[in-house]
Amino acid sequence: MKILVCIKQVPDMESKFKIDSAGTWYDHADLAWRMNEYDEYGVEQAVRLKEQIGDADLTVLCIGSEKVKETMKKALAMGCDRGVHVADDNLSSREPYEIAAIIAEFASDKGFDLIFTGMQSQDRGSAQVGVLVAEILSIPSVTTIVNFDYADGAVNAKRELEGGIRSLVSVKTPALFTCQLGLNTPRYPTLPNIMKAKRKELISIPSEDLLKIEPRQQTEKIYFPEKKGGGLVLEGDASDLADKVIQILKEKTGVLA
Amino acid sequence: MKVLLVAEFRNGSLLGSNNELVGFAQKIGAESSMFLVGDTNKLPPFDGTLYLADASTYDEFNPDTHKKLLLSVIDTVKPDMVVFSHSSYGWDLAPRIAFELKAAQVSEVVDVVDGLPVVPVCNSKLRRQVQSKTDITIVTLQAGAFGTAEEPSGTPNVETVTTETESSFSFGGYEEAEQGGVDLSKSDIIVSGGRGIGQADNISMIAALAKALGGEYGASRPVVDAEWAEHNRQVGTTGQTVSPKLYIACGISGAIQHLAGMKKSEFVVAINTDKDAPIGEVADVLVVADLKQFVPALTEKINNL
Repeated sequence: MKILVCIKQVPDMESKFKIDSAGTWYDHADLAWRMNEYDEYGVEQAVRLKEQIGDADLTVLCIGSEKVKETMKKALAMGCDRGVHVADDNLSSREPYEIAAIIAEFASDKGFDLIFTGMQSQDRGSAQVGVLVAEILSIPSVTTIVNFDYADGAVNAKRELEGGIRSLVSVKTPALFTCQLGLNTPRYPTLPNIMKAKRKELISIPSEDLLKIEPRQQTEKIYFPEKKGGGLVLEGDASDLADKVIQILKEKTGVLA
Repeated sequence: MKVLLVAEFRNGSLLGSNNELVGFAQKIGAESSMFLVGDTNKLPPFDGTLYLADASTYDEFNPDTHKKLLLSVIDTVKPDMVVFSHSSYGWDLAPRIAFELKAAQVSEVVDVVDGLPVVPVCNSKLRRQVQSKTDITIVTLQAGAFGTAEEPSGTPNVETVTTETESSFSFGGYEEAEQGGVDLSKSDIIVSGGRGIGQADNISMIAALAKALGGEYGASRPVVDAEWAEHNRQVGTTGQTVSPKLYIACGISGAIQHLAGMKKSEFVVAINTDKDAPIGEVADVLVVADLKQFVPALTEKINNL
């Protein structure tokens, strides 16, 4: 069985963001980078499936500049067999359809039985790429899965809906799944597996070779939301802060009255 | 401007988020019609044409048949914009429609500025204004962004739509959320812990503060996913929606999904080391501190009152 896992490298969301010189994305300088959280669940699910069925080959694909290879190495250390780096220094200007077109073009002649993506990225958050890849490839896609059960060319999945309800959906392979948080518990790579990952195949393909469509939307500008204000910001020693908060709760709420 | 609103129906009921689609159409001053896979005996309040397909024939969820039904309606209505909720139904169906129409899709719209949709970036720390370059644009709306001042009214003029039922998906119904245990929606005081609590043991610190205040403790999604707290304590879109007198958010950054579950709280205190965390947007008081020092200090002082 051939499996493709698509991952993205994103900044740590706790970072202090700045706006870039073009005013259309965040500045890349001084950020800590990691694997998009949703994608970690996709990698883990693919590795678990390989452990379940034995005969499987896992390709991890990531688009971006040279530095995304660091994140790809984590996926290889978690258990993916080979990496495909789509080299693109303009990732942040690419809209979801362009990203999907690149992935689908790569996958079109590889015969993948299963494709996993995150349900969305933590930075752009469009929740479109996975579904678009499947639509371009004319295979079914199931989004926002929190449960995945494969047997004999068919998958029973559970989708997470609002309010904690889940819906049950079944499809036959080939199919694509977009992974929601909580689908599994992503493993931490072990030191021997980190060492082994260094020797795994990791090829690079220029994005120009795969991108054959024009963008359908563009960013006019990016900016910080207006602070709504009104909220009181307290800083200082923990004990003094506790006294202040007790005072406020007494005055503003009926709680400690 | 002509918009087609895609309403939702689940477990035999219309979803409240449908009203926000109407609110959006009003805000941009668009002429609107509505599409729904639902029940002819449960029509949404709407003053216009409703293109209705029968959920008992096409299922409440089926991307293949719903796509075909909606495409046929789009072909009739010829809207400039197709509008979905940014929900498990909307973000699933919208890209399929965008692909077929070769249209741009703008996801999770929170506002419209100078006629252009605005969406959040990086957990709402930034905003992005987007220009579509296609004749028809698909949008999904963030929950709560376009509420209507008053409930929509009117009785729709119903047009029935049909298609063939062939599909590569098989829909097996629903599994309800786990019941039992604590019911946070009934609690007046809630102290919630987020990823910032750092480790499983620290949930006891959150529980201790909740107990000192005579309330219950809750958790954000990462804490529940990590199994540091049970699912029935999760506050947010996929957990409980709460509106207590006092909500104390400890180490919760304030993802949109969490805010949607607690922003109706009367008074919000947030404890976070990041002054710029989005939770600050809804907090009456933001305490910039390490919760591992501050929370025990506050608990002890309250217990000694």
